[in-house]
Amino acid sequence: MYVAVKGGEAAIANAHRLLGDRRRGNRDLPSITLDQLVGQLSLAVDRVMAEASLYAPHLAALAVKQARGDMIEAIFLLRAYRTTLPRFGASLPVETGEMVAERRVSATFKDLPGGQVLGPTFDYTHRLLDPELAGDGEVDAALVSETDGDPLMRVTDILAHEDIIESSRGAAGDTPLPEEPSGDLTREPLEFPMQRDQRLQALARGDEGFLLSLGYSTQRGYGRTHPFVGEIRMGEVEVELDVPELGFAVSLGTIKVTECQMVTQFAGSAKAPPQFTRGYGLVFGQSERKAMSMALVDRALRADEFGEDRLAPAQDEEFVISHSDNVQATGFVEHLKLPHYVDFQAELDLVRRMRGEFEAREAADLETDNASREAAE
Amino acid sequence: MTERMDAAAPADAPGGDLKLLMDVLAAAPRADIEACVEVLGDLPEAVPVRGPETGLVMVRGRIGGDGAPFNLGEAAVTRASVRLADGSVGHAYALGQDRAKASLSARLAAAWVQGDLRSEIETLVRDPLMAARAAEVSQVKREAAATKVEFFTMVRGDD
Repeated sequence: MYVAVKGGEAAIANAHRLLGDRRRGNRDLPSITLDQLVGQLSLAVDRVMAEASLYAPHLAALAVKQARGDMIEAIFLLRAYRTTLPRFGASLPVETGEMVAERRVSATFKDLPGGQVLGPTFDYTHRLLDPELAGDGEVDAALVSETDGDPLMRVTDILAHEDIIESSRGAAGDTPLPEEPSGDLTREPLEFPMQRDQRLQALARGDEGFLLSLGYSTQRGYGRTHPFVGEIRMGEVEVELDVPELGFAVSLGTIKVTECQMVTQFAGSAKAPPQFTRGYGLVFGQSERKAMSMALVDRALRADEFGEDRLAPAQDEEFVISHSDNVQATGFVEHLKLPHYVDFQAELDLVRRMRGEFEAREAADLETDNASREAAE
Repeated sequence: MTERMDAAAPADAPGGDLKLLMDVLAAAPRADIEACVEVLGDLPEAVPVRGPETGLVMVRGRIGGDGAPFNLGEAAVTRASVRLADGSVGHAYALGQDRAKASLSARLAAAWVQGDLRSEIETLVRDPLMAARAAEVSQVKREAAATKVEFFTMVRGDD
């Protein structure tokens, strides 16, 4: 606990002025623009939007600039900004099957309809630093090739025809879907156990590094699920909102998302035949690592559904969800540096007192020892 | 599945041509709308009814892409509503924080509802913006198509 302290106003004001100065850096160089950040550091902007849980590229770019590139600080800034805005409503669920995909790959089927579309990927690059990028040289435009332009078929739909993968509509494939999510983390406090839809809301804004490590832990044997990437797709989806004053839904425009369908093993149970199961990841922006990690963790957290023993950290819902939010995490860790003078003074008194008692006891013991030794002699 | 419409939605679908106009305006950059309005000429005077104001829409996804809905995260949305002298009301909703775009879009929607400029708005604003958007989407698809993997099988001989 910390208590309010007064004073230091001038120091704080000067510190913030110094921060502004350092953020601006060398005045001989032009200030970086938000359009440059959105256009050229787009994956950083995407990560801030995903973990702040607010899709707004220019505001996210402003947050990155204000935070001097500190991603978690930027996420914090954007998360704080969202609390100042009213909510107009909730969109219809985005239809990722109708995505204008820039990328779609599958690690399970080579010859899937529509093919493997690599898109703007780091995969297969040699990870050698490119000195040319240090300058401002000409960059070739992307090549194009003709296409029928149809939306790409989902890999999970290919497997669904053979009934060897779980359906999103229950075991018989005909359970009606709920109209609304079971809850909203931004409106109600966390309660365990959670429904899967609420877990996915938490994971979608969870820290990429935390989810990456947990996903990795499942691969290394801590809650193994034998995953394959059924499909990853990235591109733009339309967001539609039912507008009551109009009486129909209108499109608000498109957002970029990354989706990962992880296909995992399930040996079957007394009631269910062996079947592939699914983990799901959906993230704002282009963020494949996060979408894959989210899908791995989503599947690990479904342990109870499949009668799997919950032994590994990634399968522990309360542990994972309570620690996945980096704004919460950084708030609690970083508050330790705020003044704890009174707290610490109390601790200091306690340690001094205990230490005094300890030394007094030692001295007494020594006296007793000496006395008994003298008696023996 | 929800009932969805794309840019080629038939006029008898919910919202019809008004929805189509609003969808097109929402997707278009403000500079493009302004360029079209320049060609169109003066829009009737309008008074604001609500906004322009920026708020949030909770974007939902589906579990597994095709299952129950879940809350993915919010998006910044700006909306505006305006009224013309004859009482015609126009609304605009679009992702982003562009208030000027929302006001202009609402004025276009109101003028379309009022009717005098309807065909001009459709041919001079809606259709060119729709064509520009279609070209943009086609470019994205064609750039992606150029990165499609063509597999060939390596035959391994025994000798």
